[in-house]
Amino acid sequence: MNYRLVLTVIGLALGSLSLPAQSAAVSGFTITGISGLNQSPIPVNLSGFTGEALEVIQFDLVVQGFSLTSADSAQYLLSGSNGGNLVGRAQDRINKNVLVNKSYSGANLRRQAHQFVDDFLAALGRNGIGNTRIAFSNASGSNSEIYVANFDGSDAAPVTQDNSTAISPAWAPGNQALCYTSYRSGGAWIYLQNLAARQRKAIASYPGSNFSPAVSPDGNRIAMILSKSGTVDLYVANLNGNVLNRLTQSREDESSPCWSPDGQWICYAGKINEARALYKIHSDGGKPQRIPTSGVLNPTEPDWSPDGKWIIFTQQRRGGFDICIVPSTGGSATVLVEGEDPSWAPNSRTVVYTRRSGRGNQLSLLDVPTKQTKTITRISGSSSQPSWAK
Amino acid sequence: MKAVKLTSLLAAVLALTLFGTGCQKRVIGPTPINKPETRIRPGEIHNELPPFNLGDTSSGVNSPDWDPNTGAHAQSGKFSLDNSTQDRAALAIHTVHFDFDSSVVRSNERGNVDAVADYMRNNSAVGLLIEGHCDERGTDGYNDALGERRASALRETLISQGIAADRIITQSWGKRRPVDLGQNEAAWAKNRRGEFVVLHAR
Repeated sequence: MNYRLVLTVIGLALGSLSLPAQSAAVSGFTITGISGLNQSPIPVNLSGFTGEALEVIQFDLVVQGFSLTSADSAQYLLSGSNGGNLVGRAQDRINKNVLVNKSYSGANLRRQAHQFVDDFLAALGRNGIGNTRIAFSNASGSNSEIYVANFDGSDAAPVTQDNSTAISPAWAPGNQALCYTSYRSGGAWIYLQNLAARQRKAIASYPGSNFSPAVSPDGNRIAMILSKSGTVDLYVANLNGNVLNRLTQSREDESSPCWSPDGQWICYAGKINEARALYKIHSDGGKPQRIPTSGVLNPTEPDWSPDGKWIIFTQQRRGGFDICIVPSTGGSATVLVEGEDPSWAPNSRTVVYTRRSGRGNQLSLLDVPTKQTKTITRISGSSSQPSWAK
Repeated sequence: MKAVKLTSLLAAVLALTLFGTGCQKRVIGPTPINKPETRIRPGEIHNELPPFNLGDTSSGVNSPDWDPNTGAHAQSGKFSLDNSTQDRAALAIHTVHFDFDSSVVRSNERGNVDAVADYMRNNSAVGLLIEGHCDERGTDGYNDALGERRASALRETLISQGIAADRIITQSWGKRRPVDLGQNEAAWAKNRRGEFVVLHAR
């Protein structure tokens, strides 16, 4: 492989210059999110780990842009043991710098393995996702409930048990509360449920449908799709309860709002002059601006990356759906993989999305720059509409 | 700003110099993992607070519910799903079907809408729930909105025929309630629909 040769040459050059480890690591601080699409994974070698710990480490590495390879072609060597507690060591194979050298205790072996990968990523100047969680809707029979799980699908637990239809969960900042739509009262209402306090309240129960809640990054406002005025429009309310702004007034349907990380903009899927497209509108109101997604058709379900640079969304095409990405300023869109309803991880790099499996759906993770995917642990039923806690 | 950035960069370099070189010389002792974890107990909700609507204020500062530009009629009526019983059979034969990606009420569906309007005129005490549905070819988010748009289009048509707005409520089920599970045009055409449900106040 040519890139390995190139890497080796670069590595040798760096080694011969005896660059101190910290300058390589400092340059790593500029690596936030995605520096480009269509990147090759970074080759790493694993040795000494077994069983569950090995599975966790492999999984976490692949969904964050690494590939597993032999020791002589790897850029990094990850070695250790997991008889009892986990001991982990990460070393740059070329310049021999030791990046991590730790033994872990507490929690359980899975969590220790996640933490080891997070420590390795931290040494590279990146934020790991090992301790993050997702929420999703899981349909079984004619009902669907909201679940929360670790990002790899483990430890899934229902947060609703209403024997009704609960859909489209969205995390509030701080990750202690979830918004979602449920039909449990008869109508499609939006609820806010505090997971720690085990409390919930209906916060939008207007006549018609109350859909697609999305909490602003500062936690003070909520965007949602309401039909209370007789048409399907985008609204923003203050969560303290005394202002409701209608942002769009169209005869067409707006859907799936999401916030820019600075809270200034709301991106949504809409239709203006017969053009189904992504639009953004100032969160205080204004004129909708089209976000061009040239090269793909019928975009829907946008999600704005936490670093602000990208919008990931679903293309609806004849015969299926694709996960696509476009710079948040709009432009040429790139098709990544087949699937729908993507949600960014806090690392602005990995996304969780839905993909068809038989007649139902299951959740998968996608490392956007390398297009590597992994299916997460399934629970019984059809899982969809994932939301990654930021 | 620049000074702050430079300072933090220097601090990072310093930290890495200390830590980075330190790591190479000694084995760090056990790293306890004691990050707090919020364990979620399945389905436990201890406190169900009474519903309220964000934006509800006595002063009525909200945006107007009737919009002269679109002619839309606000939904706030005498009927709600929790104070009514549903009769799904009475108007079942008048289900209206839609074209792909469309909420336009086709001219060949006008007979069904007219029949529903007649029923509402002849049964002045009842309310009407219109349920909007979609085929499976769009995403959930898109279909939830499109289903509501279909229901709203039927509601507007009935209002234009003189049925009082406060007797009609709408609801979307997106693609979650198909009548035909087939994955072909014939099945999809059946699933793109608006259903009429008669509401009797309890």
